[in-house]
Amino acid sequence: MNWVITENNKKINALDIPTISTEEIRSDIEKMKTRVVGFFGKQEFDNVRLYVIAADDKVGKLYITSSLFTPEVKSYESLTQTIPALHIFEREFYEEFGIEPLNHPWLKPVRNNQDAYPFFEMKGEDIHQVAVGPIHAGVIEPGHFRFMCQGEKVYDLEIMLGYQHRGVEELFLKNKKYNNRLAESVCGDMVIGYNMAYSQAMEALSDTQISSKAQIIRRIALEMERIAIHIGDMGAIAGDMAYLMGASIFGITRTLVINTMLEISGSRFGRGLIDVGGVNFDIDKKMSEKIINMLNDVAKTVDRTTNVMLKTPSCISRMERTGVVNQETAKAIGAVGMAARSSGVDIDIRFDFNDKWYTSLDVVKPFRATGDVHSRFKLRYKEIKQSIQIVKKLLAKLEEYENEPVKVTPNTSLTPNSLVVSMTEGWRGEVIHVAITGSDGQLVRYKIKDPSFNNWYALAMAVRNNGVSDFPLCNKSFNLSYCGNDL
Amino acid sequence: MLTDTIKLKYFQGKQYIPDIQNAPMRSQFRGFPLLKKCDECLVDESVCPTGALKADPLSIDLGKCTLCGNCKCDAIQFTNYYKLSSTDRERLVITENMTPDDFEKAAIQARKEIRRVFSKSLKLRQVSAAGCNGCEMELNACSNCNFDMGRFGIDFVASPRHADGLVITGPVSENMAYALEDCYKSTPNPKIVILAGACAISGGVFQNSTKLNREFLDKYPIDLYIPGCPVHPLTFINGVLDFISKK
Repeated sequence: MNWVITENNKKINALDIPTISTEEIRSDIEKMKTRVVGFFGKQEFDNVRLYVIAADDKVGKLYITSSLFTPEVKSYESLTQTIPALHIFEREFYEEFGIEPLNHPWLKPVRNNQDAYPFFEMKGEDIHQVAVGPIHAGVIEPGHFRFMCQGEKVYDLEIMLGYQHRGVEELFLKNKKYNNRLAESVCGDMVIGYNMAYSQAMEALSDTQISSKAQIIRRIALEMERIAIHIGDMGAIAGDMAYLMGASIFGITRTLVINTMLEISGSRFGRGLIDVGGVNFDIDKKMSEKIINMLNDVAKTVDRTTNVMLKTPSCISRMERTGVVNQETAKAIGAVGMAARSSGVDIDIRFDFNDKWYTSLDVVKPFRATGDVHSRFKLRYKEIKQSIQIVKKLLAKLEEYENEPVKVTPNTSLTPNSLVVSMTEGWRGEVIHVAITGSDGQLVRYKIKDPSFNNWYALAMAVRNNGVSDFPLCNKSFNLSYCGNDL
Repeated sequence: MLTDTIKLKYFQGKQYIPDIQNAPMRSQFRGFPLLKKCDECLVDESVCPTGALKADPLSIDLGKCTLCGNCKCDAIQFTNYYKLSSTDRERLVITENMTPDDFEKAAIQARKEIRRVFSKSLKLRQVSAAGCNGCEMELNACSNCNFDMGRFGIDFVASPRHADGLVITGPVSENMAYALEDCYKSTPNPKIVILAGACAISGGVFQNSTKLNREFLDKYPIDLYIPGCPVHPLTFINGVLDFISKK
């Protein structure tokens, strides 16, 4: 098979990537049983090159190939027909380059949606539509939801996004310097995840070796972000089922974590912590003790509150069998990250792609498989506990590297004609950054894939046959990103 | 079960910050920048991701600044002073030797009517116009048990029809421009407009994007600018309080 084999954060020569037909891509993906993590175009003079990146989670390898469209070729037979997980990627490719995937089941806009969006419509005496957004009732990002309902029951939900489109990928190309601040702002609730993916991509391209200490501090921050957001989300789930005690307590418990982040980095969300070349702030012994004490307090409160919540019948009845995404569906639509794990799809970049800092820790992946709100709630709880263990172990490891510098001066020139895939498991799931340089060593394409890009469709599947009033609960249990999808 | 619930509440104790206006801030927080002349420091404008830093004469525009600390040197020090809001866009520019006191004295000059109408109750409708969810999470945190903004009569409401003003976050993308204006028009008079965060005030790190449409901000009057990236809850609450409360 004609694919280049590589690993996470390893640069390859972009000229080595073979060119094959889309039909070969289809049959290869089916044969290899891999999942697609990148599917995007790049303008090459008059031609468009389609890059396809597939991941094999069992062995931790990435496979890359490409297909070339000359200006006269304006269409190809869509791959979605046999690989449904590609539906959103093909829609995006069509929107950006105008090359039509023929016989795509729903070739709808992804980001440029202001003109008439072709919603599915159901007709019947008792059918009614509920339209929500783009501005929602709470303080959250904009997006439009259209429900087809009979009475209270939702038959179908369509999600129209694109309101947040800021042209982030272009902005990365415009900047000639490293731009960690932009990477942090792509998706402001996953600051560390995004910044880490960006920094690792740039470090791979510029051959910068960062210290072990910096790598550990980055992962401590990544886990603290996971703890903080998961606690906040558990609070939000509690709030959406009107269990206000949970909402209040989880809310203030999250504050403890992010205030400790403030003490480390000067920002509650860890902005300014990571730069290409390492990290800007050290964690010394005193700070390390502080973090451990804080985490012990947090663990106690989270345990106690979760136990009470899971003993409260009114909570359980709202969560159990609400918003179910079964394993088969999750696999078919290519769900990733926490949402996929709670449906029994066991993928986690941290452990699957040979990250030595994680694989050496001797922790087991938490796993929960009923796929309902209850399972997502419980998985969050388990991940919090696991992340607390990871942070503690990493802090202990940090002492071994006490004398290392936290930051090295990065090389400013990038290797020409290279491609790197950088994947980080943020709290929501895999953040994938792909950077390609041209012959002059400048970035010519920067592609980002947020976990939400796959998972929004999982939310649409989850609310089918549920009451409209359960939608906020389902939505919060996924807590997907609008700006990560819209870029 | 009930005893568990009561115990749970008991263990939490009191969590609110009693005096929001004088709440202590951790020393590591990067807030108000102190600028002074320094012959040894070579201030490099290009380290600033948003163009907030000007070397000659030395100044930092808080409306653009993401408080990232890239420019930190002997000439530029960040204090933990968090009351950064202003009613005037120009006053957000911090110049050499300006102290937090100098800044605070001039920063908020609200009209008398605003204080008269809104001092006891201000209901706000938040519009995220391509905000990255950083400012949104911090605005949500304003209503949690620690900061408890509701005790001052300031709340976020679900409908613009119930609101006295808008809080805008994010650089205002082209795709959100229409909805934002619609929301503004749906808010009954008298109303105020608050811009929260560097993105809303100046476009922040996205200012060079071609996908923005910031016409709304030129078209309608802006009453209050609250800088930050993201806005700290204490900055937000104190900004709004200084703006509406009778002195």
